[in-house]
Amino acid sequence: MKKYLHYLLLIVLAVIILAPFLYALVVSFESAEETLAFPPVLLPAHLATDSYSKALATAPLLSFIVNSFVVSLLVTAGQIITCSLAAYAFAFLKFPCKKILFILFLSTMMIPAESIIIPNYFTVRSLDWLNSYQGLSIPFMASAFGTFLLRQYFQTLPKEIYEAARMDGCGRLRFFLTMVLPLSKPALATLAVYAFLTTYNQYMWPLLITSSDNMRTVQIGLAMLQWDQGISWNTTMAGIVIVSLPTILLLILGQKQLVKGLTAGSTKG
Amino acid sequence: MIAQTKNAFGDSKQALLFLLPSLLLFAVFTFYPLFASIKLSLYNTDLMGQASTFAGFQHYVDMFSSPQFFQSLLVTLLFTLYTVIPGILLALFLACTVNRQLKGIAIFRTIFAFPLSIAVAGASMIFMMMFNPSSGICNYFLQLFHLQAVFWLSDPKWALISIAIINIWRSVGFNTIVLLSGLQTIPEQIYESARIDGAVSWRQFIDITLPLLSPTLFFVFIVSVINSLQTFGEINILTQGGPVDATNVIVYSIYREAFFNTNFSYASAESIILFFMILLLTLLEFRFLEKRVFYK
Repeated sequence: MKKYLHYLLLIVLAVIILAPFLYALVVSFESAEETLAFPPVLLPAHLATDSYSKALATAPLLSFIVNSFVVSLLVTAGQIITCSLAAYAFAFLKFPCKKILFILFLSTMMIPAESIIIPNYFTVRSLDWLNSYQGLSIPFMASAFGTFLLRQYFQTLPKEIYEAARMDGCGRLRFFLTMVLPLSKPALATLAVYAFLTTYNQYMWPLLITSSDNMRTVQIGLAMLQWDQGISWNTTMAGIVIVSLPTILLLILGQKQLVKGLTAGSTKG
Repeated sequence: MIAQTKNAFGDSKQALLFLLPSLLLFAVFTFYPLFASIKLSLYNTDLMGQASTFAGFQHYVDMFSSPQFFQSLLVTLLFTLYTVIPGILLALFLACTVNRQLKGIAIFRTIFAFPLSIAVAGASMIFMMMFNPSSGICNYFLQLFHLQAVFWLSDPKWALISIAIINIWRSVGFNTIVLLSGLQTIPEQIYESARIDGAVSWRQFIDITLPLLSPTLFFVFIVSVINSLQTFGEINILTQGGPVDATNVIVYSIYREAFFNTNFSYASAESIILFFMILLLTLLEFRFLEKRVFYK
């Protein structure tokens, strides 16, 4: 009996948490008239799907999604390369000033993006990178968090493999590429899911540096579907459902990795 | 001995190569702009943002004597207050309910993490619809309970609270995941012995769960404060800092001063204040991390 009560509680909470999105989903299937009705319609008379075609026709959502994907993949790939290289040095190599350099890396986490956004905007403008993939991605290709995450993981790899590789005369880079990286797939997957999601959801930076429709990312492009005279709520909500699908899928499929990434700071350190 | 020094030297060359990509990126896009921000805040700037004449601390003096800055500071602190504590309490409750070995619990864990997957633009527009004063579902519910309609986003008394509600919803997924992982590190045996001693469940929660969860709670607290200090998207999409500056948090003020009023110096001075606020909080966070990493 107690168990069933707990399930009931869980279901009620789940509905509350999902409510905003479920409501958006319902509205996306309503007709334009239904979206204006009061009291609000919670069950549309029939499933109208023209809002989806209208959303796709009003804003080039698919090209926004492509832009966001390209940028997110570039950042993800960039972070995997830069973070794993740096983490390797911090985990396996001996060199002077190691501690200071590591603190230097960590110190970047104390600098909020908003505090440096003005000079970064000028830098990107002077490089002629406004409205470009490189402007959207390159500034985010290094990550102290990612380096930290991978270093922690590399340190758990058995030291013996390193000794063995040395005996074989296996070069550092080859050891890194053929031993360390393949053994670190779980940590790399965590970083990848985390980096992808954060970049896909970025807002302020793409807002500042993209002005042309063909370079906009989804978060900025969505504003074209903002509710006004010509656009009714069902179209706006259809747009939101479309652009949220990739991240919803990522959450469901990559949940294990994501949870590891999000909790890396809190439990493993 | 000689071989060793040679080795150390060889390592350092290699290490530099491995670190170079990150160091270059940090130099260009993190450290340089921090110093550039400090410089901009000490100079007068032209319309293109070029530093022209040295101004000393004039922009800081201006800032600290402007009521608008204190309004921003107040709004930022209020916003932190509205979001952090309620957000953590909600997440703690959710995390406790899914911290059980039940069939299908994984589904509920995913659902509670769900808001993570809705980005700020989408979330803001969904709430814009729900907050609509005449046809929105929030006022409909208020009406069902015979309460007066609220002008969620256009009433200065409510705008900041409305933005806070959206922010709490957006961050509840992250907070729940982290708190759940903290709860899972508490060994079941501790509860069992408490049960033998006849402790009732809310006493168990106060005496066992909260103290053992306190490091995780502290982590979530700091991260939540930092996140709420950096809130921008909801405000830009829904209120643009209004009505009458009721939602003009520091980050929004930086954006408006710099990119609308081309007042880059003033915005940079605000940036530096924000930097020090976050710096302080991150240092606190690191102190905690250090304890967890090194004294565990």
